[in-house]
Amino acid sequence: MSDKRNSYRTGPDERGHFGMFGGRFVAETLMPLILELEEAYTAAKADPEFARDLEYYFKHYVGRPSPLYFAQRLTEHLGGAKIYFKRDELNHTGAHKINNCIGQILLAVRMGRKRIIAETGAGQHGVATATVAALFGLPCTVYMGATDIERQQPNVFRMKLLGAEVKPVTSGSQTLKDAMNEALRDWVTNVADTFYIIGTVAGPHPYPELVRDFQSVIGRETRAQLLEAEGRGPDSLVACIGGGSNAMGLFHEFLDDEGVEIYGVEAAGHGIETGEHAASLTAGKPGVLHGNRTYLLQDDDGQILEAHSISAGLDYPGIGPEHSYLHDSGRVKYVAVTDTEALEAFQMCARLEGILPALEPAHALAQVRKLAPGLPADHLLVMNMCGRGDKDIFIVARALGEEL
Amino acid sequence: MTARAGGEARIDARFAQLRDEGRAGLIAFVTAGDPDLATSLDVCKALAANGADIIELGMPFTDPMADGPAIQRANLRALRSGTTVARTLEMLRAFRTFDAETPVVLMGYFNPIYRYGVARFLPDALAAGCDGLIVVDLPPEEDDELCLPTRQAGMSFVRLATPTTDDRRLPAVLENTSGFVYYVSMAGITGVGAPDAGVVKRSVARIRASTDLPIAVGFGIRTADQAAAIAEFADAAVVGSAFVDCIGDTAKSGGDVATAAGNLARELSAGIRGARRKHGRHAGSGATSGQGGMGRR
Repeated sequence: MSDKRNSYRTGPDERGHFGMFGGRFVAETLMPLILELEEAYTAAKADPEFARDLEYYFKHYVGRPSPLYFAQRLTEHLGGAKIYFKRDELNHTGAHKINNCIGQILLAVRMGRKRIIAETGAGQHGVATATVAALFGLPCTVYMGATDIERQQPNVFRMKLLGAEVKPVTSGSQTLKDAMNEALRDWVTNVADTFYIIGTVAGPHPYPELVRDFQSVIGRETRAQLLEAEGRGPDSLVACIGGGSNAMGLFHEFLDDEGVEIYGVEAAGHGIETGEHAASLTAGKPGVLHGNRTYLLQDDDGQILEAHSISAGLDYPGIGPEHSYLHDSGRVKYVAVTDTEALEAFQMCARLEGILPALEPAHALAQVRKLAPGLPADHLLVMNMCGRGDKDIFIVARALGEEL
Repeated sequence: MTARAGGEARIDARFAQLRDEGRAGLIAFVTAGDPDLATSLDVCKALAANGADIIELGMPFTDPMADGPAIQRANLRALRSGTTVARTLEMLRAFRTFDAETPVVLMGYFNPIYRYGVARFLPDALAAGCDGLIVVDLPPEEDDELCLPTRQAGMSFVRLATPTTDDRRLPAVLENTSGFVYYVSMAGITGVGAPDAGVVKRSVARIRASTDLPIAVGFGIRTADQAAAIAEFADAAVVGSAFVDCIGDTAKSGGDVATAAGNLARELSAGIRGARRKHGRHAGSGATSGQGGMGRR
């Protein structure tokens, strides 16, 4: 194992920094709340009862461990690396988002909070938050961009069925970043009783750390499952990135495994050259938004640009600060995949494996499609199938010119 | 510090003057470039000419997380008119050719300054005639980023204290603050709800026990009466959303924006100037309680 100095797994430091990224760039009103959260999380981490609770809900409610599945027909079709899917789309609510929500709601309950708020893009985090709020009997308000509400109707209705109030956000680009602004405005107004469940590895410290920790179960399970199946660890990992929580969840376990090649896949939308994309690392610059310093899509004046992706879950102009650090340090390779490539991968997976992937992991799959053929047959590649595609069938239908 | 009273000194001089006059000040907030830069310059002149003691000039940002709908809209109007950090500084420089006395505090979010480059921004802002900065998303935990360099450059870094800033935290908030302390009258965003003057008065007294700096109070102050109630015990009242609403509405109806903003400033200023005259003997400030108003110094 690497010594501490060379480890990529020690972050963040006590001020919430991953290298130059991260931090706590919030209004003073929120600062005491964030410090309190940090304190509560530190205490929870040291409490065996918290770990037991987490494990209980992961096993009996979420359905963990999620399977590690050998995608045999896809492997044969691409004719190279041996491809495994980490099946986090089989979790309760259909995505990896629930892992984090269970962790945060347990924290909220420990802290005696009486009300839950969240932001959502594709609606997966909103559904997962509404789910745990129902499970623990807490009222829940989910902020969602008006544009996203329109393109993710099934998830909006699911949240309502779960008893959550979905508040449409009509400011700015009316997508995920604006939903996050609005959730922060709610939090700053309702400081006394409200817990903000952030859905990704972004936001002010300690959110990037705690969301990563709750998602890291993905990587830990993957290591154990692959060891059982193949007698060894992976050669490469692939995951899609919007904010980057499913990717951090898979990657973190393996960051210090020197031989493991790691790929994070951003959304190239209509193509990087068109300017209509969501590839913060590929085409952005460091900046400060939503409580942290990270790579952002922005103009020369520091104004935030609107992101575009066919996948609402990737449609965010920033990225978790730990990814920015892993990008600058070169540990993880970040690439970008277009809407069209993701759609092709979506269809390929449906036909070959009988799995409808969400459009988010369809981006990861498109990268697998590029990588696998050039790799030897004994190369073990693990892709995080972080969400299922049921929510996306209307978008895919429209993109393919079908009427539903 | 330069001999000519710019930067932090201009703010100190203005509060010294207010102290001499035995009254609180009006801090008028407008967004630079709203609805366009030329009008915005006229607005600043009109504010200063009609009783605004300090101008808080917002630097527009696409994602103003601490602001309510009124100032969000002002930010969008300003961005649509092509306002940038550089053009905001140009406008300030132009304002300074008309007015060398009224302190101007630039308010904004960190990213546009960060993108411009802190090392380049500070001398440019000082040269343009900026006296202090209010940057919402830089708590004391991030002082190295901008607060400390700003003070080294001779400008004030005005910190926000809020209802959630408890006694344990207050010293950290006050430590590197200069010029004045901006007390946020309620937990929330700008322009929504109205503060309870009685509650705010107790909070201001609590902060005053820990600092000699003047204390301005803002968030939710829209009318002359509200401003007057705050002016009885605070050293300045900040009015923002009412000004940007006035600017937005007047621009929309094709009226004279600067005149309308000036009229509002005059009205608010009259309320503030009347506050201690009207209630002086009963206000419990300075002389009687020893912990309110300017009487302390």
